[in-house]
Amino acid sequence: MSEIASSSSAAGGGARPPRRLSAFALLMNSRLAAAGLILLVLLCLLMLAAPILPLPDPDATAPADRLLRPLSEGHLLGTDQLGRDLLSRLVWGARVSVAVGLAATLVAAVIGSAIGLVSGYAGGRADNLMMRGIDMLMAFPYILLALAIVAALGPGLMNALYAIAIVNIPFFARNVRGVTLALAHREFVDAARLSGKGHVSILLSEVLPNVAPVIVITMSTTAGWMILETAGLSFLGLGAQPPQADLGSMLGEGRAQLFTAPHVAIVPGVMIFVIVISLNLLGDGLRDALDPRLRSGALSRPGPVTAIARQGPVPENSQPEAALSVERLETGFSAGAGRYQPAVRGVSLHLHAGECLGLIGESGSGKSVTALSVMGLVASPPGLIRGGAIYLGRREVLSMPQTQLIACRGARVAYIFQDPLTTLHPTYTIGRQVMEAVAAHQPLGRQELKARAIALLRQVKIPDAERRAEHYPHQLSGGQRQRVGIAMALANDPDIMIADEPTTALDVTVQAEILNLLRQLQKERQMALLFITHDFGVVADICDRVAVMKDGEIVETGRTRELLARPRHPYTRRLIACVPEIGEGENFLPRVARLMAREAREISA
Amino acid sequence: MTAYIAKRLLAMVPVLFGLSIIVFLVMALIPGDTATAILGAYATPENVARINRDLGLDKPLVQQYLIWIGNVLQGDFGRSVTLNRPVLAEVTDRFGATLILAGTALVLASLIGLLAGIVSAVRQFGWADRIITFIVLAGISMPSFWLGLLLILLFAVEWRLLPASGMTAVYGGGGPADVARHLILPAATLSMVAAGVIARLSRSAMLEVLRQDFIRTARAKGLSERRVIYGHALRAAIVSVIPVIGIQAGFVLGGAVYIETVFQWPGIGAMMVKAISTRDILLVQGGVLVVAASYVLFNLVADVVQTLLDPRIRT
Repeated sequence: MSEIASSSSAAGGGARPPRRLSAFALLMNSRLAAAGLILLVLLCLLMLAAPILPLPDPDATAPADRLLRPLSEGHLLGTDQLGRDLLSRLVWGARVSVAVGLAATLVAAVIGSAIGLVSGYAGGRADNLMMRGIDMLMAFPYILLALAIVAALGPGLMNALYAIAIVNIPFFARNVRGVTLALAHREFVDAARLSGKGHVSILLSEVLPNVAPVIVITMSTTAGWMILETAGLSFLGLGAQPPQADLGSMLGEGRAQLFTAPHVAIVPGVMIFVIVISLNLLGDGLRDALDPRLRSGALSRPGPVTAIARQGPVPENSQPEAALSVERLETGFSAGAGRYQPAVRGVSLHLHAGECLGLIGESGSGKSVTALSVMGLVASPPGLIRGGAIYLGRREVLSMPQTQLIACRGARVAYIFQDPLTTLHPTYTIGRQVMEAVAAHQPLGRQELKARAIALLRQVKIPDAERRAEHYPHQLSGGQRQRVGIAMALANDPDIMIADEPTTALDVTVQAEILNLLRQLQKERQMALLFITHDFGVVADICDRVAVMKDGEIVETGRTRELLARPRHPYTRRLIACVPEIGEGENFLPRVARLMAREAREISA
Repeated sequence: MTAYIAKRLLAMVPVLFGLSIIVFLVMALIPGDTATAILGAYATPENVARINRDLGLDKPLVQQYLIWIGNVLQGDFGRSVTLNRPVLAEVTDRFGATLILAGTALVLASLIGLLAGIVSAVRQFGWADRIITFIVLAGISMPSFWLGLLLILLFAVEWRLLPASGMTAVYGGGGPADVARHLILPAATLSMVAAGVIARLSRSAMLEVLRQDFIRTARAKGLSERRVIYGHALRAAIVSVIPVIGIQAGFVLGGAVYIETVFQWPGIGAMMVKAISTRDILLVQGGVLVVAASYVLFNLVADVVQTLLDPRIRT
């Protein structure tokens, strides 16, 4: 969960989350959930109205009218083996099935939630003991435990209800405990405790309201299940006993006539199906509406290339001799319903062969989005390139067919990303990942690929490269992982390398090593390097020129030395001041704070 | 790895012990009228007392449990009063048939579920996704025993393609091909719910993985979209689907109870339904214990497979 949040915010830059809708509006927005709700309401009305509807007595037998087909006169759905009207039995049977299913849901919810609340709130040994018990219940195959309970209690509808409820208690207990555990030590609970409230009253007034959505979701997702299971036990002859009838026992009795009068068994099945599917539709809708993670649409699948919808003409390449030209780039995020949140506004950059250009700015300034836009790597949805052009020499990237753009990735333009633990595949060896980078653009045999990968690992100074190639990312140190990232980027001798905060996740000494390596490789190969960072110390170390970004725009560019000596934009001055000097010690923070205050005055003036 | 498996096997012991206690308590705590059930019309107080003494039902509960578990550990699950046959022999006979049915269904469910989930994720919000999502929803909302009846009506009665019930043909059956023919309908029915659940989870696992940083890295390397999805994303998603398959094994084993009844498959589920209505407690006890133990064992296998697939847990 946190991974999704962080990756989307890293790519999202300054995008604000889309407007939140109320849970009910969302529920109604989903056509399927609305259909489920309407269907369910209709079914409930039908079942409630059963006593006043002009239906024949469901238990009135009529031997002369046995097994009439549906649409017979006076019997819309036909009759069963004893000549009883199926429609009437269906409505009355559904009342029993739904009542038992919902009662079981309620019982399971109350007991399970109580266990979960107490267990999560108490913690420690009590929690451990209760959860062990719950685990034990869950070690049974689901229906088997219900069978064992019915076996002990004896067949009957009430016993089936208890059995189903008990079997479902663990689901509630586990879900509720998880949430309670997280809440038990939050400030507002501590505050209530300090104010002298008793445990019971804290649980009921502070914890329960926050846990309620989880209980509702679990109820709505298990209710359909429980109706099915009740019907199942009755079908086996272990639930409702004649003359009492629910949908499951009707189906079970109808089974004997399956070959001669199939409708007697099929009709109750259809009814169960309709009830359960409407419940499930509603349950899924409720879960989506109440689960904030799904609410912002975080789980839409990103396409291979950022969506491009340029408005206005494609700008000319103003510096055709540059290795990479970014011209008036506009990238942002669509927030649904035609709304658009800009992240990069009219950015132009030019990067020459053998040059290192630093792109600097605070987080959310749009520097990563700019860098990712170059090869169409901004995740979309929601990413969207609305305007501008990107030139690799003479070719314009954003007008290329998708396959050509993908062919440029890694071959002409290579990336190094920030956190090498999350950016390397966790279940592939690093050797394999480097081999893949080579194989994507060079048709080599397996042995050659392997040799090439090991050579690359040596170039980035990974000791004992042959053995290391067999290791997985989590077995390497952060610095070594980043070296693997660099090896992959070097795999096809790219003209342009884009390093997106490659040292931010590393500690200082390792940072210096990686920077040295990058600088050395860049000089050797005369590569163009676009270096993204928020740290002017790093810029001074490695970059020939700097572009400063703020709120999606470039506010200042220049040669590194001149810009450091005479920053023109106040924002640049502020960033420079944020680099601590050796020996500055405790004066650093007050100095930066004063600068910020002056900054604020200048901006407001 | 061996050490890990040994550790996991060892950790199973208390779980199995707990299972046996629950099974025993469920059967014993309720004042069962086993004696009355056996004796029927002959249930005079003296006869009931004698039966209780013979079966050890007059001893304290703890002692009853210790005797029972001691016997179970020696392979003696007692004697079925209705079948007049050792429980263990009956249970092992039946369990083989259930394993064939449930195993086939689980393999089917995993294959269909994974495939449907992946297609659904790749074609998110497209027609294939909508159709799969609807079928999955219908599948998990349908009583499986009802679907079984429908399939019998269609394939056995209407089209006469497949046998409607049993595990082998009455005359001249018994070969693997014959069993396979009998297996198709029940296995397909039984796999439906699990396939639906696995499809749902594979879909969301794929979608979650496709948002991760290492997928962006794969794209930045210039890998084709096919390699990105069916290589990198699928490999990472499968790791989180395996435990779900382990859990589904329990639902398939439980669901077998209905399907065996509908298709008259001679498995342990059908046996237990019969044993419950005749109150053959020892047979139910033995059946529940064996199925639950095999489920625990299967989950261990699922965990080991997951460990093999995910190097982060391995070390």
